[in-house]
Amino acid sequence: MEKILDVKDLEINFHTFAGDVKAIRDVSFHLNKGETLAIVGESGSGKSVTVRSIMGLLANNSNVPNGQIMFKDQDLLKISARQMEKIRGNDISMIFQDPMTSLDPTMPIGKQVAEPLLIHNHMSRAKAMERAEEVLELVGIPNAKNRIKDYPHQFSGGQRQRIVIAIAIVNYPEILIADEPTTALDVTIQSQIIELMKELQDKIETSIIFITHDLGVVAGIADRVAVMYAGKIIEYGTVDEIFYDPRHPYTWGLLNSMPTLESQKLYAIPGTPPNLLNPPKGDAFAPRNEYAMAIDYEAMPPFFKVTDTHYAATWLLHPDAPKVQPPAEILRRHELYHKYLAEQAKGGVPADAE
Amino acid sequence: MQNNGEPRKKIVEVKHLKQYFNAGRKNEVKAIDDISFDIYEGETFGLVGESGSGKSTTGRSIIRLYDPTDGEILFNGQDISKIKKHSPQMLEFRREMQMIFQDPYASLNPRMKIKDIIAEGLDVHHLVKNDAERDARVEELLDLVGLNKDHMTRYPHEFSGGQRQRIGIARALAVKPRFIIADEPISALDVSIQAQVVNLLEDIQKDQNLTYLFIAHDLSMVKYISDRIAVMHNGRLMELSTSDEVYNYPLHPYTISLLSAVPLPDPEYERHRKPHPYDASIEDDSKDRYLQEIIPGHSVFASDDEVPMYREMAEKAHEKQPENPAVLPGD
Repeated sequence: MEKILDVKDLEINFHTFAGDVKAIRDVSFHLNKGETLAIVGESGSGKSVTVRSIMGLLANNSNVPNGQIMFKDQDLLKISARQMEKIRGNDISMIFQDPMTSLDPTMPIGKQVAEPLLIHNHMSRAKAMERAEEVLELVGIPNAKNRIKDYPHQFSGGQRQRIVIAIAIVNYPEILIADEPTTALDVTIQSQIIELMKELQDKIETSIIFITHDLGVVAGIADRVAVMYAGKIIEYGTVDEIFYDPRHPYTWGLLNSMPTLESQKLYAIPGTPPNLLNPPKGDAFAPRNEYAMAIDYEAMPPFFKVTDTHYAATWLLHPDAPKVQPPAEILRRHELYHKYLAEQAKGGVPADAE
Repeated sequence: MQNNGEPRKKIVEVKHLKQYFNAGRKNEVKAIDDISFDIYEGETFGLVGESGSGKSTTGRSIIRLYDPTDGEILFNGQDISKIKKHSPQMLEFRREMQMIFQDPYASLNPRMKIKDIIAEGLDVHHLVKNDAERDARVEELLDLVGLNKDHMTRYPHEFSGGQRQRIGIARALAVKPRFIIADEPISALDVSIQAQVVNLLEDIQKDQNLTYLFIAHDLSMVKYISDRIAVMHNGRLMELSTSDEVYNYPLHPYTISLLSAVPLPDPEYERHRKPHPYDASIEDDSKDRYLQEIIPGHSVFASDDEVPMYREMAEKAHEKQPENPAVLPGD
């Protein structure tokens, strides 16, 4: 599969009065053409910083001591601000979390959607507006022709997020980055927006990096998943591998802390994430990890290979590590997966929810 | 938490509550349009709905931040709109009913120390005699919510979101309330922290025999924590029953639509998920609809002629295995 974006050994620090915050600590991942990669993590895990670095939108107090972000044979960390401007909003564009604040309240929406065309493609105003209308129609704004002169406050939250998406895709970007695009929306609107993004991906053949902390959303949209914790990717694999056969205790904890029908008592991961001013020496998750071994406090675990597509950074996968019993919820997921596989093998009847 | 023979005591009774903003003017908003429900002592009553459904307004009306346009709210059998402002009864009412807010960043005064935030209620209600007793009570409360006494003299900015929400809970508990309104208490928190706070709320409830009104849009968490659930839409209750009933045998199309929109952490389920969009225009046939009991303990917003249809639906559903858009396969 063709890699469209390749991030290698990325490190990002933020300089603060208290010292350097090591927000991203040696992160590598790639994005294949046409796929959706979900990056999952809690606030402060570094998922937003990672994608902002791809967009060249890091804050002024940041520095990148190490790493490469390769896109079309160029390193996005090395190119000039002017070159980056050509890429941003054209080849790579971004959908932000809050549709209430990411639109300009004083500009009609048609003009906001047409703006990237005027800037990047030097299109004529009339043509750009025509195209804006088409794209607004595409993202499901009813009666777009008559509404391009309306202002953001005249639209509902879900419609505004559709407009934000229209701005992001108006140039048919090769990479679309969505930073928690549905977090501020109601569940019914959320499912509409996710359906829309899936449809658009087919129509305009873009690759998507989708950032979220909602595992339900990830299960619905991702082809592959990377789980981040304390500035590192700790596990990645296909969506089935991460949800049905996770290997890192943090991934176990995340999946286990979601309520299911039988849960009598919710599982809660104890403690809080570490302070990245002084990241711990070993596995950052060790103090919260009931499966932690002595080595977890001493040395950072490398990635161990589970399958060709599935890797996890936990010492539990070391050949010398003791065998541990994952939580009951994870075992239930293994079973579920085997059931699905068996059903699929039996005759391709989709394993439906009933 | 079903009633075992003896009638359960109602702690809150909401009767035909209406809450209109800008009533009588052109920009009138019917935030709550004639809703009625009871909350029993010791239970957790979940109120779910999308933004703008009126769920927060309901909570705020019950704690009397608004004066209702019409209808009444009884707390312990007493009509709360009859309580005079600044009266001793009002003070007692405010002590017995407390609120936990959504945003732990906005709900703590940044210029107050933690111990003063928590003890503010103690001071107002003269519940402690001297500073030593005050400190001891604050310590006890911090311990209860899983913080320690070193935190007493710190300021809110020194705490994480989850810790702040614990402080908000300690503050609500300080005055020994009987009824707590939790308005989206976990939506601002991370997944791993949400579970901690929900467990804490449950432990405290058992410990102190509290009653909760739990307002949220996250249906899976509401299902987990609530004994009964009311589904709200456009200022009206669409469905009300035990949480198992609402989840396993939803009847009203709006509830079905809401449940079908909840994403589950199961890729195979998500691949085959069929959304059931709700078309609110089916309510526009100018029939008189109100919340009616379909089968014992399960009410639906329906017109008189729709009742037989819902009753048949409910009976059919109960004969079959639970068929529910929100059940994990294999569950």
